Amino acid sequence: MKLSAKHLLGIKDLTPGDIQLILSTAARFKEVLQRPVKKVPSLRDVTVVNLFFENSTRTRISFELAEKRLSADVLNFTASSSSAAKGETLLDTVNNILSMKVDMVVMRHSASGAPHFLAQHIPAAIINAGDGINEHPTQALLDALSMQEKFGKLEGLKVAIIGDIMHSRVALSNMYLLRKMGAEVTVTGPPTLIPPHLAEALDVRVEYDLVKALRWCDVANVLRIQLERQNQPLFSSLREYNLFYGIRREVLRKLDKEIVIMHPGPINRGVELDSDIADGPHSIILQQVENGVAVRMAALYLLAGRDSEA
Amino acid sequence: MKTILTAAQLSITCQRLAHQILEQHPSLENTVLIGLQPRGVFFSNRIVEVLKSIAAGPVMYGQLDITFYRDDIRKGLHVANTTNLPFDIENRKVILIDDVLYTGRTIRAALDALLDFGRPAEVSLCVLVDRRFSRELPIQPDYTGKVIDTIVSQKVKVNWQENEGLDEVILLDN
Repeated sequence: MKLSAKHLLGIKDLTPGDIQLILSTAARFKEVLQRPVKKVPSLRDVTVVNLFFENSTRTRISFELAEKRLSADVLNFTASSSSAAKGETLLDTVNNILSMKVDMVVMRHSASGAPHFLAQHIPAAIINAGDGINEHPTQALLDALSMQEKFGKLEGLKVAIIGDIMHSRVALSNMYLLRKMGAEVTVTGPPTLIPPHLAEALDVRVEYDLVKALRWCDVANVLRIQLERQNQPLFSSLREYNLFYGIRREVLRKLDKEIVIMHPGPINRGVELDSDIADGPHSIILQQVENGVAVRMAALYLLAGRDSEA
Repeated sequence: MKTILTAAQLSITCQRLAHQILEQHPSLENTVLIGLQPRGVFFSNRIVEVLKSIAAGPVMYGQLDITFYRDDIRKGLHVANTTNLPFDIENRKVILIDDVLYTGRTIRAALDALLDFGRPAEVSLCVLVDRRFSRELPIQPDYTGKVIDTIVSQKVKVNWQENEGLDEVILLDN
């Protein structure tokens, strides 16, 4: 068993078998993380560089921890404190790092397609840790693992993805993954934040009424409003957004059913998600973070092993 | 193809090994049995089944997966199986159980994996088939079902009723 792809650039390139392999391997790593020694020697001879051209807390710490739990050697690179700030090109930066015998690259970049570009030019395996408004595959995988743990399976699960669909790489990766695994998806949010033709392109439903979407779903994956990616105002005010699309107690109370709440973080409390819901009993937000380490261990392990088989 | 153990012989061998373990560990109070995933577990299930019928007290039994401790990730990926050790191994006598002992590399990895769970008082090894003269590491079994001499091109296949539909150990020439 091995992954069909050499890189993890996006869920779009994975087969359902790949996704299942990553999730089942992640479940094994989750058990490893419960042991007295939360570390295995699998990637003892592998060096990984974390290239972060864009800010990150969770994803970066999660990747670094996953690499360390696998015994890999880890290098961290932050664009703001590097020669990229002096005008070095992406390819030059990466080739210089690789010439120091680095085996794998984990990259976050604000440009969509940056890791795909890199994959065409370098021999090392690449894991996309988020590229612009394209994909964030490990987030979708950890979301899937969290849902699978909660519900037993993904097939037939009804998932509502709520908020800024237009600018969300988490939404796109989740939509690809859930449809490949047989789950149903409804996206909801202000019309200005939902791209046209989305329903046909990705075989999902679009619903502009939040309450209708919540009535339908088993899980609500609530997205962050990404003000940094909006160069023109796409809704009137944060307060208005909260009133129409924010997950608030009054809205959930009307549903006469319980739904599971997810959020990829960081949360804008009081905008897309109110504090009492985020910290409430139906929120699995911190389980998502916990699963992130195991999923990233699985991705690193499976790519390192695959890389060596050639 | 040559039969090494028939179903009847395999059953007797499991009985004998369980008795030998009990002979060395009269009280199983401080002893734990650990089968190695995936194929060693079919064998350890049998041993434990016999032990439960002949031992006075309860039998502590778990399964260990060593995939992430292998030294051959560069030669190909193995799919990980579940590890379930529902007890503390600290200061306990551990008996590792696997079906075939060949190069010894699996047992080396198992020792590494085991030590990440604690510091056992002692570790011994029980195998169904010992392919002697094939060892690449200084590892020897303490309880052995059957010793056989093989060459590298041959393959020992252990089949189980619950998995392959028939209990037997056979030697395949490639």
